Amino acid sequence: VTTLPVPRAPHLSEAEEFWKAVAADTFLLEQCRGCTAVVWYPRGFCPSCGSTDVALVAASGEGSVYSFSVVHRAAGDYRGHEPYVVAYVELDEGPRLLTNVVGCDPDGLAIGARVRMIFEHGADGATLYRFTPV
Amino acid sequence: MSTRDRDVYIAGVFEHPRREIPDLSTPRVHADVAFGALADARLERSDIDGYLCDGSQNYRPVAFGVLSMADYLGLSCTYLDSTETGGSAPVIQVAHAAAAIATGRCHAVLVTSAGRPRSAPTVFERGSPEGSFEDVWGMSGAVTGYALSAQRHMYEFGTTSAQLAEVKVAASLHAQHNPNAFLRDVVSIEEVLASPMISSPLHRLDCCVVTDGGGACILVSGAVARQLSRPCVKVLGVGEAVRHSDLGRLSLTSTAAAVSGPRAFAEAGVTPGDIDYVSLYDSFTITVIETVEDLGFCGKGEGGTFVMDGALVAPHGRLPFNTDGGGMCNNHPGNRGGITKVIEAVRQLRGEAFPAVQVPDCELALVNGTGGNLGTRMGSGTLILGRGDT
Repeated sequence: VTTLPVPRAPHLSEAEEFWKAVAADTFLLEQCRGCTAVVWYPRGFCPSCGSTDVALVAASGEGSVYSFSVVHRAAGDYRGHEPYVVAYVELDEGPRLLTNVVGCDPDGLAIGARVRMIFEHGADGATLYRFTPV
Repeated sequence: MSTRDRDVYIAGVFEHPRREIPDLSTPRVHADVAFGALADARLERSDIDGYLCDGSQNYRPVAFGVLSMADYLGLSCTYLDSTETGGSAPVIQVAHAAAAIATGRCHAVLVTSAGRPRSAPTVFERGSPEGSFEDVWGMSGAVTGYALSAQRHMYEFGTTSAQLAEVKVAASLHAQHNPNAFLRDVVSIEEVLASPMISSPLHRLDCCVVTDGGGACILVSGAVARQLSRPCVKVLGVGEAVRHSDLGRLSLTSTAAAVSGPRAFAEAGVTPGDIDYVSLYDSFTITVIETVEDLGFCGKGEGGTFVMDGALVAPHGRLPFNTDGGGMCNNHPGNRGGITKVIEAVRQLRGEAFPAVQVPDCELALVNGTGGNLGTRMGSGTLILGRGDT
């Protein structure tokens, strides 16, 4: 859909299951079985109550733009892809995720816009979740 | 130990005069600023019994950080610390040094900070727990995180780009008097708004400078301060706090200064209205807007209005700030300007700022450090300093 890079950053072993699911186009949220908190980012325990009894559960993949920035001067892999949108998307389940909003006119985006998750795959097998306007 | 012996003073400071240092190592810059602060305090290296310096793998000068540096500098210390909170780290280290002296663990403590991002670009360590969720979206260095904060602040409170620009304009008016400042030209609101957009809504001139350099500060006990011939600055109150990402419900429009500030004010027994001068961390213009709100100089959301019409301009603005030109124009050594904030506050309280920007009868100053990123997780350190009474 877009031409943005799909880079890979090293993750801790406790986030392996999350990223494996993303590679299969599935987005899971970590939820505490003790206090029911929905935890972002996934880390294998609940930083709210301290329980290690957490599970990855299915998420809606829908939300709204909480804040965004149009990058005009990029660094690294993204150089040459400007302008593009980096955003916080607030999922309907609550957490605010850093991500990109693609498939839109960057200058037409607004806080509060409804978006849904898509998955993009890189040549080396990396996969990222991004969002596009509904 | 008497109460007066528990009093803590800043006896010496030094800011490296250069902004590009391709010819010296980073440890050597630490050494040079240490020697400068010792000379300023009229102290000898052998007087120092506590040492603090940069601590993260990204910034620490050598492999074992403060241990290697104590060895390199030939310091015999009974107190060491390398607290790492990014740009606020030196401010928080000054707070820790003050606590170490107040509890009698040491009597003369050196804090150094240095870096050379112009000559040797910082390579960030990878493998942090949040890295895979944050490092892959094309954030343009630190700017994009602060841009996300600025955009949300504009949305919630109606803050404008012209209000953000007031911060840069005020800093530039101060920097014109500082011969060492990296940027010495006075800029207008229009020039800030016309500078290239880096990561909307932040323009190039909404960003601080990238400079090589460093600075140092020496804190002493009351007993030591009374033996010195130098006017000392008293540490009246300190506070530190973290604002983290809160399970993904992070606030983009508030900083940890909302916690560290009140703690420092309470310890000092003063209020925002008592403060004559502020050194506010100015990594980006939005940093200052959110900080004046969180420290209580105005209400939440009123920072944009507060900084208008020269409120930050010395000597006669309502809240003179960063009279050295700040990180905006003067110096942001090693991508972390905390130590420069302490240094300029000490100059103001000693009456040694550049005459055009010296605040008349400056008796109380506040220093606020902001480290990490407003767009993710950040740490604040606040100091309240007073003109010495040794």
